[in-house]
Amino acid sequence: MVTFKVILPANDYMAVLPQIVLVSTALLVLMMGVFKKLVNASAPGFTALAGSLLALGCVLFVGHHGAPSSTFGGMVLVDGFSFFLSLVICIIIALTILVSLNYGNFFNCMRTGEYYSLLLMAGVGMIFMATAGNLILLFVALETMSISIYALTGFHKKQLKSSEAALKYFLLGAFGSAFLLYGFAFIYGATGSLDIIKIAGFIKTHPQMLNMKFLVAAFVLTIAGIGFKISMVPFHMWTPDTYEGAPTSVTGFMATGVKAAAFAALIRVILVPLAPMQHSWVTIMWIAAFLTMTVGNIIALVQDNIKRMLAYSSIAHAGYILLGFLAGTGLAQAGMLYYLMVYAFMNIGAFGVVALLCKKGEEYTSISDFAGLGFKYPLLGLVMSVFLFSLAGIPPTGGFMGKFYLFTQALRSGYVWLVVAAGVNSVISIYYYLRVVVVMYFSPQASENSIVLGSVSPGIVIALATAATAVLVMGIFPSYFFSLAGNSIFSLM
Amino acid sequence: MLAVYLPILYMIILALLFGAGTVFLSHLLGPARPFKVKTQSYECGIPSEGAHYAQTPVKFYVTALLFLVFDLECVFLYPWAVYYRRLGAFGLAEMLIFLLILVVSYVYVWKKGALEWD
Repeated sequence: MVTFKVILPANDYMAVLPQIVLVSTALLVLMMGVFKKLVNASAPGFTALAGSLLALGCVLFVGHHGAPSSTFGGMVLVDGFSFFLSLVICIIIALTILVSLNYGNFFNCMRTGEYYSLLLMAGVGMIFMATAGNLILLFVALETMSISIYALTGFHKKQLKSSEAALKYFLLGAFGSAFLLYGFAFIYGATGSLDIIKIAGFIKTHPQMLNMKFLVAAFVLTIAGIGFKISMVPFHMWTPDTYEGAPTSVTGFMATGVKAAAFAALIRVILVPLAPMQHSWVTIMWIAAFLTMTVGNIIALVQDNIKRMLAYSSIAHAGYILLGFLAGTGLAQAGMLYYLMVYAFMNIGAFGVVALLCKKGEEYTSISDFAGLGFKYPLLGLVMSVFLFSLAGIPPTGGFMGKFYLFTQALRSGYVWLVVAAGVNSVISIYYYLRVVVVMYFSPQASENSIVLGSVSPGIVIALATAATAVLVMGIFPSYFFSLAGNSIFSLM
Repeated sequence: MLAVYLPILYMIILALLFGAGTVFLSHLLGPARPFKVKTQSYECGIPSEGAHYAQTPVKFYVTALLFLVFDLECVFLYPWAVYYRRLGAFGLAEMLIFLLILVVSYVYVWKKGALEWD
């Protein structure tokens, strides 16, 4: 006779509630995609949307209160940082699904259950990356995210460009993961632990470790792996091709979600535990940040394809965020988080507008396709201008405040020349962002019917309106969001 | 300081020696008397036809992949079965959730027609 005793392990299941919701929804959506006869063709998309909103609600409901703690044997960290990043990532997933619902009107393969299932699974990986307290879980989460995104990149199955993008991303991404794993192995070798908190503790109590080449090698390998995901120069080569070839809704997701998760991992794994060895990485990261900004902005100047342009711009933005990484103070990290949040809104917004210029089975991504858009569709032109102004960092948008926080903190930490370079870069970037605005509003030769604008569903209107409002609100009332980011940093485990 | 990591180096050397050594030893000790029929590629006992390398249908790839996935599922069941009594109802619930996820993927694979050969 077997007697069952229900002994629940002392795990905080509430801490992973959003992830549980997302995984359940992903499975449900996958089944909906297979049993096509039982459900409506648009059911997977709306179910995925409901699931992502539910997850967002869970993040807000569980919230963050009390002291930071860890659960699942140190695997998952429950602190303000996890809360903030989970919030940002859930918003990104919801906005991406809203954009995808409309994008699916032009491309049938975007309406399948697999598409939304992969999207949600990638989101689960991102959230676990931001909340992981163990290098193994971090790596598994990174792979969950990456593999889903490799598949999503190639979702235009019949387009060669999409396949090329997926293959390039996959091959280089596999390399990047290998570097990261090797770096983790070195960290383990140096400190004897995979637990991020224990690693930090070990380095604090063994200062002689800091002079070991071993730990420097660990740092370099880890930064190469994560640098790949955030498209840091010189690991940026895949970015333009992948961003261009991927379906536009996926590009927006990739540019924001992957970056948010990877920067979260960067702060968790490197900035906090390895802070005492900052002297040995300053030069490398100084050069990397400088190159990332400059290369991104200079090459973006000559792009005629808006997706490529936004790809190079995303490289440049990674460079700005690295300023906060270099400065390293708590406020600088808060600046990074604030910037990631604004960046999510403005970038998904911009890609959302690009995703509208489609007709059945075709995308219109040349900058000249935007000619006259501002006159023919004034509201669409307006929101696109808001996103572009924000990307360029012009007040009163959130992009300006984000740059302001990052540059100020970098200046306080003494990186005068780097901030000067960042300022010059921002000025350069205004040229190519405003070029799109100029094309939209000041191209008299463009005939009115040259613009191809696909059907507009209520979903994408909500997405664009939300993103534009958020960009403006974050620019006009930045202190609330900045203190939210600040609180999350100061309750970092 | 680095001396702590010497065992890893020993391990690498040992692994290399073992791999190379067994190949070399079997080459050295094993009798080798090749003749024509013996060196031919094996095809179920009947005389082989055509080139011994041929293109394999990509269908095998999917089948092998699916086999791997569901095979690994069984591997996870063993340790759970050993500790079944100690894990109790919670362990049972956890395993059922794990199996549910796999069943979903199985249904997906099935409905997508990946299990059909033609």
